[in-house]
Amino acid sequence: MTPRLARWLVNGSLLGCAAIALLPLLWMLSVSFMAPGAASSLPPPLLPAHPTLGNYRELFAHAGMGGYLLNSLLISSAIALFALVCNLMAGYAFAKLRFTGRERLFQGLIGALVIPAQVAMLPLFLLLKYVRLVNSYAGVIVPGMATIFGIYLVRQYARGVPDELLEAARIDGAGEWRIFVQIVLPLLKPIMVTLTVFTFLAAWNDFMWPLIVLTGQEHNTLPLALASLAREHSEDSELMMAGSVVTVLPVIALFLAMQRYYLEGLLLGSVKG
Amino acid sequence: MNSPRTAWLFLAPALLVLGVFFVLPVIAALALSLTDYDLYALANIHNLRFVGLHNYWLLLQRPLFWSALGNTFYFVAVGVPLSISASLGTALLLNSPLARMKPFYRTVLFAPVVTTAVAVAVIWRYLFNTKYGLVNYGLAELGLHPVDWLGDPHWAMPTIIAFAVWKNFGYNMIIFLAGLQAIPPELYEAARIDGATAPRQFWHITLPMLKPTMVMVIVLTVAGYFQLFAEPYVMTEGGPLQSTVSVLYLMYEDGFKWWNLGVASAVAFLLFGIIFVITMLLLRLSRRGAPA
Repeated sequence: MTPRLARWLVNGSLLGCAAIALLPLLWMLSVSFMAPGAASSLPPPLLPAHPTLGNYRELFAHAGMGGYLLNSLLISSAIALFALVCNLMAGYAFAKLRFTGRERLFQGLIGALVIPAQVAMLPLFLLLKYVRLVNSYAGVIVPGMATIFGIYLVRQYARGVPDELLEAARIDGAGEWRIFVQIVLPLLKPIMVTLTVFTFLAAWNDFMWPLIVLTGQEHNTLPLALASLAREHSEDSELMMAGSVVTVLPVIALFLAMQRYYLEGLLLGSVKG
Repeated sequence: MNSPRTAWLFLAPALLVLGVFFVLPVIAALALSLTDYDLYALANIHNLRFVGLHNYWLLLQRPLFWSALGNTFYFVAVGVPLSISASLGTALLLNSPLARMKPFYRTVLFAPVVTTAVAVAVIWRYLFNTKYGLVNYGLAELGLHPVDWLGDPHWAMPTIIAFAVWKNFGYNMIIFLAGLQAIPPELYEAARIDGATAPRQFWHITLPMLKPTMVMVIVLTVAGYFQLFAEPYVMTEGGPLQSTVSVLYLMYEDGFKWWNLGVASAVAFLLFGIIFVITMLLLRLSRRGAPA
């Protein structure tokens, strides 16, 4: 194979793969600007003949999309915030604080990763029903306030904090809480960003648990609203595509802005697993 | 030295959340699977009876459970190898010294991973629409017959598999890419001097060096693919002819549509058991030094 042919092959394949990855998303964007019914014609149009924002207007004015968007923002932000606090503290403790049973407890947590989260969902629903949290924001949020993966992520990163630094602060008489807030947290900033982005995206995209615990419509997140819209309005492809854009655009934007942190976290969380 | 009390105070919030909302429910699920918890017990707990392994016994005699299991195995057995091949293939392309604009391609190829499964499943439903979908239009342009992708029991699962591969390959691609970049270039240099061709270099250097990464990727992907749920929920609602009912879909319907929480817990535990056994088998296989 000549070098020129090889170069052509490699870059051509990459272009082809990128097209497959992007085309469904670009098509979604294009159809979302088409007039109702325009996408259902032959040959299927690739670009809107008369671009319109009508579908978006319809979604926000009549389908309650604004409320669902706020629900999604609220729930995902709350989960990201709570999980950040809980996972940071626990991950730091596993990495740097000494107590008996530390390794065994950590191994136990890692072992628990093989249990699919869905196993817990049925009793969890009954538990939340008992404390009257079914069909509330809190019902979606509370089970996500700490994650084994997040604890693992913080622990991996926090192991890099030098012990001498902490010992020196202790000798100076600083309390453990002050050491954590004033010395450790500034060093953990990158992993804090990573963890927040990770948890936020996972919470935003989550489907099964919100579907179970949100029995009414009023607290629905975007994926839930979209799924029920898809079952009711399955003929309105233009409206559905506008709904998909509203759901997907925020996470894509967040990913593009935070890509470096996200990919680093992905590797930190897996390569040494 | 810190006092042990400090450490436990730092751990307390996370352990409390995980204990109350994960560990406790998992144990309760085991107990629940041994009862006949249903709509009547939901209304009045006194209607609850202990039934031992009866739920499991009934499940093993239920054709729908076996077809859900079969559908899920089909999804895993075809979807995981395809998914991992796509990940490895794109990672190799991105790692090639000949490739240009690598950061751009890396971002684009990873983009489907961060998208919301429900939203992109909706897109695929329209792309694979029998009458107006772009895919059938493309087939017609090539002179091929249209396919009823999501309406034909033989094609619905392959369509869902194609979707899952598209949605997920970027994740493992990033992991493979890191694995590839960690292989010392001297190994390839030495192989080139010995006259090894590119395929031989791949077989004798790349694959063996990637083995630890490969094992981890396979284990995680298999476990993840067994948890198929949102895709059939949005794209096919389990149909046609229940050809896309997955184990979790069955659990969801049993538990939250028919409120047979005892039976649904048994389904969940059987799925857990299957994932556990397969994970252990894969790890043991990889330790024996079988080629990855």
